[in-house]
Parts: sequence; structure tokens; C-alpha cells
Amino acid sequence: MGRETPKQQQVSYTVEQLVAVNPYNPDILPDLENYVNEQVSSQTYSLDANLCLLRLYQFEPERMSPQIVARILVKALMAMPAPDFSLCLFLIPERVQMEEQFKTLIVLSHYLETGRFRQFWDEAAKSRHIVEAVPGFEQAIQTYAIRVLSLTYQKIPRPVLAEAINIEGLSLDKFLEHQAANSGWILEKGHGRGQLIVLPRNEFNHPELKKSAADTVPLEHITRIFPILG
Amino acid sequence: MAANYDYEEAPGTYDDANRQDLGYDPNFVPDSVKSFVVHLYRHIREKNVYEIHQMYEISFQTLSDRLFKDTPWPSVDAVAHYVDNDQVFCLLYREMWFRHLYARLSPTLKQRIDSWDNYCCLFQVVLHRVVNMQLPNQWLWDMVDEFVYQFQSFCQYRAKMKNKTEQEIALLRQFDQAWNVYGVLNYLQAFVEKSNIIQILEQEKEGGEQFTATDGYDYSGGSNVLKVLGYFSMVGLLRVHCLLGDYQTGLKCLLPIDISQQGVYTSVIGSHIATIYHYGFANLMMRRYVEAIREFNKILLYIYKTKQYHQKSPQYEQILKKNEQMYALLAICLSLCPQAKLVDETVNSQLREKYGEKMARMQRYDDEAFAIYDELFSYACPKFITPSAPSFEEPLVNYNQDAYRLQLKLFLYEVKQQQLLSGVRTFLKVYSTISLGKLANYMEVDESTLRSILFTYKHKTHAVDSDGKIISNADLDFYIDDDMIHVVESKPVKRYGDYFLRQIVKLEGVITDMDRVKLE
Repeated sequence: MGRETPKQQQVSYTVEQLVAVNPYNPDILPDLENYVNEQVSSQTYSLDANLCLLRLYQFEPERMSPQIVARILVKALMAMPAPDFSLCLFLIPERVQMEEQFKTLIVLSHYLETGRFRQFWDEAAKSRHIVEAVPGFEQAIQTYAIRVLSLTYQKIPRPVLAEAINIEGLSLDKFLEHQAANSGWILEKGHGRGQLIVLPRNEFNHPELKKSAADTVPLEHITRIFPILG
Repeated sequence: MAANYDYEEAPGTYDDANRQDLGYDPNFVPDSVKSFVVHLYRHIREKNVYEIHQMYEISFQTLSDRLFKDTPWPSVDAVAHYVDNDQVFCLLYREMWFRHLYARLSPTLKQRIDSWDNYCCLFQVVLHRVVNMQLPNQWLWDMVDEFVYQFQSFCQYRAKMKNKTEQEIALLRQFDQAWNVYGVLNYLQAFVEKSNIIQILEQEKEGGEQFTATDGYDYSGGSNVLKVLGYFSMVGLLRVHCLLGDYQTGLKCLLPIDISQQGVYTSVIGSHIATIYHYGFANLMMRRYVEAIREFNKILLYIYKTKQYHQKSPQYEQILKKNEQMYALLAICLSLCPQAKLVDETVNSQLREKYGEKMARMQRYDDEAFAIYDELFSYACPKFITPSAPSFEEPLVNYNQDAYRLQLKLFLYEVKQQQLLSGVRTFLKVYSTISLGKLANYMEVDESTLRSILFTYKHKTHAVDSDGKIISNADLDFYIDDDMIHVVESKPVKRYGDYFLRQIVKLEGVITDMDRVKLE
């Protein structure tokens, strides 16, 4: 399309607009592909733009780039717990999903969906070439892991945490200090079993905090009886 | 007189249809048909929406049943001179002609292509010319609905390459723009944009516009056609995206329509059902089970109460079919995400009757369970399509099932991931606290596996909704303290607030009645 490298900001604005206004247009395919690469390098993410591209690949399979699709899937994995990864898979033909790199990504997704963190990190280590191509991958998955732990545990033993986020030893000590200082984590001594980490309280690991939605009455319902009360 | 005319070279004639039905003369116009087109034409010119609706809904059906049970209607060329050769009327007539053909007969490839051409002409007229008509919502909905249906039908037809004749392949190559996925999507999108319907709906919320209040009809002398086609096209886009497997975008297309309220989409039963069916299905595939259950419950209750009024309608069979499919989808949702309070008693008893036993077996998550999930999904799912053109070079194969197989496979994959959850639920129901070690023992897994199962339970029951918030749909929950699991059961909370509101209103009613008695 003869466009010179525009400013970063300008390109994203234009692509998002394209997706919103003129998504069913084969001409925007190169822009969308560039946008995927930009998401990878600038650590941003746009599901809608990526779905738009996968759709265009569906309409014209001969234009599909497996490398771009792999990058989209890695970005989708990083968006967990959102179901973006499966939303992308719905649009990728079965025979493409049978290719080696996609089978690996599907296995990685499976491990994350079923809380098998140790297996995930083992497999990810074997597939460095896929996951290291996308900066921010490790942190994104660690964030997801911590999220799941926060839903589940009030107090978590150190080894369980270590396994989930794939950090050990001194690095883990540093990490815990940082979380204690900034995210309200509390480090305790467990009975004979080493460290216990107290995670921040939320309504999912502390049920007493759960706002009983059943008993709240929306304002609109009360307004119905204002004439009577008045 | 021989009915087997030779129409091989005559342009715009339905030679294939003729070969199909010896004894069908496309040029023969019975008096009742002449009368039909003359009156319909007049009513359209005079904008008598009620009469148009009666003729469209009832007369057309009656004549079809009586005279054209298994033949097409007379060709448009034969009736054109009764209606001043009016271009727009002829396009509308042809649209009905093709719809009748698809419903009663099997269209040939040439007919499919001709139907596409007709839609293009008709849509171009509506989009680019000032159309001064008011048509009933039923008709406008049927146009969009049929357009998407014929697209789906074409994709299915085209994907069955194995037994195609050379003639058919030649036609497919020649008319490669017919029912092209870009064309279909862009027409629907064009309607949405050109009609400005999204802005109209926005402004209506602030009181600036009148649309829903008038059921989409224009009482200031204008036309409702573009606006209402734009509105229904949003549902059309949802449907097409579901057929492609893009649930996220499909739901986005529907966003301007507020399905928690009545609207133009509820003014036509077919549109109401299609909207909720696809909305629910898309939510199911996105794992938003609670949302799907809520909407399926509402519509199934609505159909239960109102289907008797549609018994004579031509849509009755479709209504019943979709009803059954949505019960199947509801059974799937509730098996994956048990919810005690979301389903109305009437719907629940129907559900138990139809799928009670199957649901019990689905929740066992054994091999038999997967077979049932497969069965229900396959029965109730949309007819997924492969939108790309076939390759004519390879050995010709049938690939019309590919899209469906992919969606089914990914769905069952998700079901499989939830397999171990039912086991853990059984134990959580029984204990208020239990150590990880003990539970691992009972479930015959090691502690590490048990932790994974518990993480899975938490992950799968805490979905992220469309606003990014975490919503727990677990009726049974827990938390872990070091190595102790504490089970939390959400007790059914008495809805005091609602109860008092109802009683206050009731008492007020009683007092008002008593006051009235005194006055008399």
C-alpha cells in the first residue's frame, strides 16, 4: 500500500479504525499482519484485530501465514484467564492445528486451563523458540498463575507457589519481598514446613467478603413504590 | 400442448426448473395469482402495511399450498405486465419466488446464482435509491433471514465437490462472486451503516429518536425499509459470525440491541428466536454459561406461553425446532455449570422430561457422557460453514462437514477439561473441611494432581465477563489454608428486599380497592 513507516501511535489508531469500520475487506490483511508484529514488539494486545485477521485467513486460506498465527496464539495465551486462545482456535482449520508448533501451543494452553503449572513450565522450556519470540510471555503467565492461586488459597505453602510461577531460591525471595512491599502479601512461618505466604483477601478466597448479591435491591425497583411511600 | 418447452438458450428463464417439473409452465398465470400481484402491488404503492402483511403472510401461503405445492410460482416475466413492469415490485416478487423454491424444491446451481443476483439488485435499490415503501417487519426480517440461509445453503452445497458435474464446476468457476462471503458480510454491514441504525438506537435512549416505540415504522411519510433492514442485519451479522465460528465478533455486532428489553427484534417471533438462539449459543462457546442459561430460560418460557398463537403460522415448524434445540443447549449448559436458581419451574419440568436422564449421565463424565454431549451439540448447533472457495485442482472431495467437526472437537475438548470437576464436587458437597492429603487419598490421585484439579475448578467456575470482571458461577466453593480445604456452600438467601416490595404494592392495591368500595 506504499505507506512509509508512520509513527507507532498513528498505525494502531488506523488499524483499530479499519477493524471497526471496514473489517470485511481483503485489502487490510497486510495491515493486520503488521499490527500483530507490532503488538508483539510493543507488548500491547488487540483481540478484535487478531480475530479479524484470522477471519480473513479463513476466507482466503492461501494467504495464511503460520508464523503470524502462532504469534496471535501466544498473545492469546498471555491474555488468560480470558478464553481468547479457544476463540482463536475456532477460526483456525483443523489441518493447520495439526502442525507441530500449533500442537505444542495447544498443549501449553491445556496445561494452563487445567492448573498443571509444573507441566506447563517444563513444556515451555522445551519450546523456547516459540515462547521467547514474544516478550512479556513469562510475566503474563506468572500473573495468570498468581490470579488462580489468589482465587484458591488464603495461605499458600512456598513450594506450591514456586512451582506455579516457576521461580525458586534467591529470585523467589526477591520476588516475595517485592510482592510483600507492593501487593499486600504477608510472609509467615509455616509449622515446620517452611514459609507460608498469605495472599491478599478477596471475595473468592474469603467467602465472608462476598457481597450477597441476592439480597440487594436495585434502585429501579424501589422507585416503583415511591408513589406509595410518598 | 406439450409442457416440455425448450428453454435452453432463452435468457432469464428457469430452464432447470422446467426440467425439474414437467407440467410446470412458468408463463401460466392463474387468475388468483393475477389478482394477488395486482392487489399486493396496489397495497405497496398505497403503503397499506396491514393489508400487505395479510397478503404476504396468509394469501401467499394459501396460494402456495393450493396451487404451487411442488412447483415454482409463475415467472416474474409472466406477471410483470400486471404491475406496470415496476422494477422494485418485480425484485420483491422474485425474492418471494426464490424463497418459495428453496422451501418446497431443491434449487439448482443456476437458480442459486440467479437468486444471489436478485438480492444484489434488490439491496442496491434499497441502499442507493430513495425507496418510498413501508413493508411489514415480518417481510423485512424474512429477507435478511433468507439471505443468510441461502448463503449457508450455498456454502454447504459448494463444499460437496465429489459428485459435481463438469457443467456445475464450470458455472462455479464462472460465477465465483455469487454468494461470496465478502459480498454477504458487506451487504449486511452496508445496511447497518447506511441506515444509521446504531446512532438511531443510541439517540432513542436519550429520547431523541422514535424507532422502537413505532416498531420501526415511519409515521412521518418516510420509509421503514432501510432502517429496519439495517436493524435486522445486526442479527444477520451475529448469525453469519456464528456460522464462521467467530462468537466474539458476532456478539459485538448484536451489542446495539438491548436484549434485556422488548424491541423491534421481538416484533417478529422468528427474529426473536433467532436472536436469542445465536446469542445463547455464542455465549455457550465463550464459556459464559450463566448468561446463556439466563437467556435460554427466558425465551423457552416465552415460547411455552405463546406458541399456541402461532400454530397456523408458516413459521410454526421452525419455532418448534428451535425450541427443541434450545432445550438441548440448556441441558448442555446446566451440565457444565450447575445452577439451582436460574431456571423457571415450567422450563425446568420440560427440561427434566426431555433431558433429565441424559443430564444425569452427562454429569458422570465417562465415555457415555461424551457421546451424549456430542449428540446434543450436533443436534442443536448451527450449520457451520467453510467460507472459502473450493480448490478445483485437487482430487474433488466433500469438505462440508469440516467446519462442524472443528467446532464439535473444540467443544468436546472443553468438556473433557472439566471431566475431573464432577468428582471433586461430589466430595465438596459432603465435607466442610478436609485436608488435601485425605481428599487426594479418597480420589485416588496424588496431592499435586489434586491441586491441579482444584485450580481447574476455580478457573472454570470463575469466568471473565464482557466487562472484564470476575464472576463466580460456582454453586459450591472452597478456599485452601495451607493444606486444609474449607468448603463454602452458598446458601439460598431469602430475598427479603423483593418480598417486602411485593407486599407493599399488594397492600396498596388492597387499600385502593377498599376505598373504591366505600365510594360506591
